Amino acid sequence: MIAEIGVYALILALLLALSQSFFGLAGAATRRLRWMAVARPAAYGQLFFMALSYSCLTYLFVISDYSVRYVAKYSNPLMPFFYRVAGVWGAHEGSMMLWLLVLGIWTVLVAIFSRKLPVEFSSRVLGVLGVISSGFFLFTLLTSNPFVRMLPPALHGGTLNPILEDPLLVIHPPMLYMGYVGLSVAFSFSVAALISGRMDAAWARWTRPWTLAAWVFLTIGIILGSFWSYYELGWGGWWFWDPVENASFMPWLVATALIHSLAVSEKRGAFKSWTALLAIAGFSLSLLGTFLVRSGVLISIHAFALDPKRGMFILILLGVMTVLALILYLWRAPLLWNTGGGFHFLSRESFILFNNVLLIAGCGAVFLGTIYPLFIEVLGLGKISVGPPYFDHVFIPIMFPLFILIGIGPFVSWKRGTGSKIWRRIRWPFFFWFLAALTLILVAVRQNWPIETLLGTVFGVWVLLTALIEPVRRLVLRFRGEPARLTPSVLGMSIAHFGVGVVVLGITVSTTLGIWRDMPLKPGQSYQMAGFTYRFDRIRPARGHNWKGVRATFSIHQGRSSFAIVHPEKRRFFPDGGTTTNAAIVGGVLHDLFVSLGNPLGKGRWSIRFRYEPMVILVWLGGLIMALGGFLALCDRRYRIRFDEPPYLPLDGPGPSPDSGMESHS
Amino acid sequence: MKRGLRYVIFVVPVLLMVGFLGILWAGLGHNPSIVPSPLIGKSAPTLILPRLRHPAQMVNRSYFLGHVTLLNVWASWCISCRYEHPTLLWLKRKGVRILGVDYKDKRTAALDYLRKNGNPYQEVVFDRRGLTTINWGVYGTPETFVVGPHAIIRYKYVGPISLRVARRVIYPLVRRLDSDGPST
Repeated sequence: MIAEIGVYALILALLLALSQSFFGLAGAATRRLRWMAVARPAAYGQLFFMALSYSCLTYLFVISDYSVRYVAKYSNPLMPFFYRVAGVWGAHEGSMMLWLLVLGIWTVLVAIFSRKLPVEFSSRVLGVLGVISSGFFLFTLLTSNPFVRMLPPALHGGTLNPILEDPLLVIHPPMLYMGYVGLSVAFSFSVAALISGRMDAAWARWTRPWTLAAWVFLTIGIILGSFWSYYELGWGGWWFWDPVENASFMPWLVATALIHSLAVSEKRGAFKSWTALLAIAGFSLSLLGTFLVRSGVLISIHAFALDPKRGMFILILLGVMTVLALILYLWRAPLLWNTGGGFHFLSRESFILFNNVLLIAGCGAVFLGTIYPLFIEVLGLGKISVGPPYFDHVFIPIMFPLFILIGIGPFVSWKRGTGSKIWRRIRWPFFFWFLAALTLILVAVRQNWPIETLLGTVFGVWVLLTALIEPVRRLVLRFRGEPARLTPSVLGMSIAHFGVGVVVLGITVSTTLGIWRDMPLKPGQSYQMAGFTYRFDRIRPARGHNWKGVRATFSIHQGRSSFAIVHPEKRRFFPDGGTTTNAAIVGGVLHDLFVSLGNPLGKGRWSIRFRYEPMVILVWLGGLIMALGGFLALCDRRYRIRFDEPPYLPLDGPGPSPDSGMESHS
Repeated sequence: MKRGLRYVIFVVPVLLMVGFLGILWAGLGHNPSIVPSPLIGKSAPTLILPRLRHPAQMVNRSYFLGHVTLLNVWASWCISCRYEHPTLLWLKRKGVRILGVDYKDKRTAALDYLRKNGNPYQEVVFDRRGLTTINWGVYGTPETFVVGPHAIIRYKYVGPISLRVARRVIYPLVRRLDSDGPST
C-alpha cells in the first residue's frame, strides 16, 4: 500500500512538473498572467508530492518491506536505523529520488525568492526548471522506479555496499546533490534570459546568489567526499582523479569561473554571452557526471549497477537539454555581442578573463583525461586508462598562473587600473611574501625539499598573504576613524581566496613530503618511519552489529615517549560479505599518521601500510574555508533588498523601458 | 566583426556538443571492465602444480599438449563458481577436457565441494596461494581459458560462464580447435 502511494505521488509530481513547465513557458510566451500564475503553486505541489513519495520510500526502508525489490536489495534489519534512513540514497534508484527531492527544494526556493522579479522572467525560470524535473521524473518512473514490487517477497534483505556504511553517507551525497542540482538554477536563469533575449546587469545580480549557493554546496560535497575516501577506502590518499571525482570537479571549476564572470556581468555589463555559456556548461557537466556514474561507460569505484537502458535515457536527456540550450544560445547570443563597456588590458575585467580562461583550460584538461579512454575505445584504437600522472602534469601547471592572478586581481580597478595603485596595495604583503619566500628557500635547501614543495609553498604563501590585504586594510582604516566598511561580499571573497591558499599549502606539503611504505610485520615487531616507531602489539578477532573481522593494536612512539595507540581493522560484512579496510589515523595539524591492515601473509605476518601525511588536514580545512567565504558573500545585503523597491516592470501599460533602471545599481 | 562570422563562432559549441554526444552514444554498448587478455595467441605460461587429490604428483604444461583444454580457475568459497558449475558439468558431458585450478582454497573443502556438486574436471590441481595462476593474469575466480593443442591460449572469459556463453562461444571454439589440431 505504502509503495503504491509512493508511485502515485511520484506520478502526480511529474504531472505538476509538466504543468509547471508548460504554463511557465507558454504563459510567458503569450503573456498570459493567469497561465504564468500556475507555475509557482505547481512548483510547491511538485515538492509536496515528491517529499511524500520520498517519505514512503524511507518508511519502506525503515520497516524493511521485502516485497519491494529495491528495499529487499539494500535494506536490512541488521543495519542500524540511521543507515536504513540514509541507505535510501545508497544505490541508483534511491539516489535518483534524492536528486528529484533536491531539485524540488531548489525549485521551491526559486519560486519563493523570485516573487520580486518580473513575472515573465520568473515564470520562464520556473518553466525551465519544470522541464528539467519532468525529464528526471520520467527517467525515474520509466527506468528506475524504486517502488517496484517483487512477488514472492524476498526472505531476507541484502545490504548496502559496506563502504557506504559510514556517517558521511548521511551528509556527503545530499551536499553534493545540492551543489550539482543547484547549478540547474543558474542554467534556468540563463536559458530564461536567452529566451527573453534580454540579459543585463540585473539578470547577473539575480543569478549570482544562486550560483554561489550551489558552489558552496558543491565545494562542501567534494571536500566531504575526499575526506571520506581518505579514511574509509583504507589505502590512504584523498584524491584519485577517478572519473566520478572528476565528474564533480569539472562542474566545480566551471561554477567557480561562472561566479567570477557573473561579477563582471553584474558590475560592468560585459561578458554576458560568455557567462550564459558558462551557466549552460556548468549544468551540462553535472548532467554528464550523472551519465558517467550511471551508464557504466567508465570504470569507477562509484559506479552504480550497470544498465545500458538507463544510460541511454540520461544521454537523451543530456542531449536534448544541452543541444536545445546551445541552439537557443546560438540564436540569441550574437545579439548580446559586445554590449558591455570596453576595458583596458590592465583592468579587473581582464584579470577575471584570465581567471576564466585558466579555470576552463583546467576543466578541459580534466575533461580530456576523463573521456579519453572512452574516446579511444569508441574509435577502436584499443583500451587505455588515464591515471593520476596525466592529471598532475597537465592540470597543476595550469593552476599556477591562477595563483599569481588571485593575489593581484582583487586590487585592480574596473575598466582601467593603474600600476602604481596596485603596487600601493600589494607592497606590504609583497615584502612579507619576499621574506617568507627567502626563508622557504633556505628551509628547502636545508631539508632537501623537492622543487615542487618549494614552488607550491611559495605560491601558497603568496595567496594567503594577498588574501589578507583587503580585510586588514579596511580594519586599519576603520581603526583610524576613516569610513571603511568591510562588506560581506569583500570579506567573503578574501576568505575564499585565503582558503585557496590553505588548500595549495595542504596539497603541496602532503603530496610532496608524504611517505608511505608497505611492510610485512608480525605481532611483536616494530617499524620506524619519519621519526615515529610503530610497534605491532597484537591482532585479535573483532565483531560489530553486522560484521566480523580482525582488529590490530599498534602503539606509536615518538622518540621515547608514547604518542598514540591505534586500532586498524578489517571488516567482513554479512550476509553478502563485502570487506572494508578501516585504517587507523592519528590526526593533527602538523601531520597525520596512518596505519592500515593489509592481507595476512602467512606465518603470523601481515602486510601493513604506514603513511606519514604532513599537513593533509589543510586540504579539507582550506576547502571548508572557501565554502565559508562563499557563504559569507551570499549574505551580502544587496542580494536581498534590491527588489523590495518598485514593483518591477508591469506587464502592460507604460513603465520603464526594458533597459532603464538596470545599469543604475552597479 | 561581421555578423556572419559571429554566428559561425556561436555554432562551434553546438557542433562540439553534438559530436561529443555521438561519442557517448557509441560508448554505451561498451563494457569497460572487459580487458582483453594480452595472453591470447601466446603460449601458455608456466604451470607446475600439485594434483588436488594426490599432492605428491605434479601436473605441468605438457598436460595441454595434444588436446584442447579448458582451464577453469575456481574455489570452494566462490559463490559465482557455483553458478557456473552446471555449465561445466554440461561441457564435460559434451566431451570437453577441463583442467580445474583450485585457487586459494583448503584442500578438504575443495574435495568436499566436488563430492557434493559433482566433478566436471578431468584433472584438478591446487594453487594454495594463487602464486602460479598470477602468471596467467588471474586475480579472482572464476576465470576460464581455452588452451589449444599446442598450448597456445585462444580465449579467456572472466566471471561465471553461463550456459548461453558455453553453447554459443566456448563449445564451438573447442570443437573448431579440435578439428584443426592433431588427433592423438
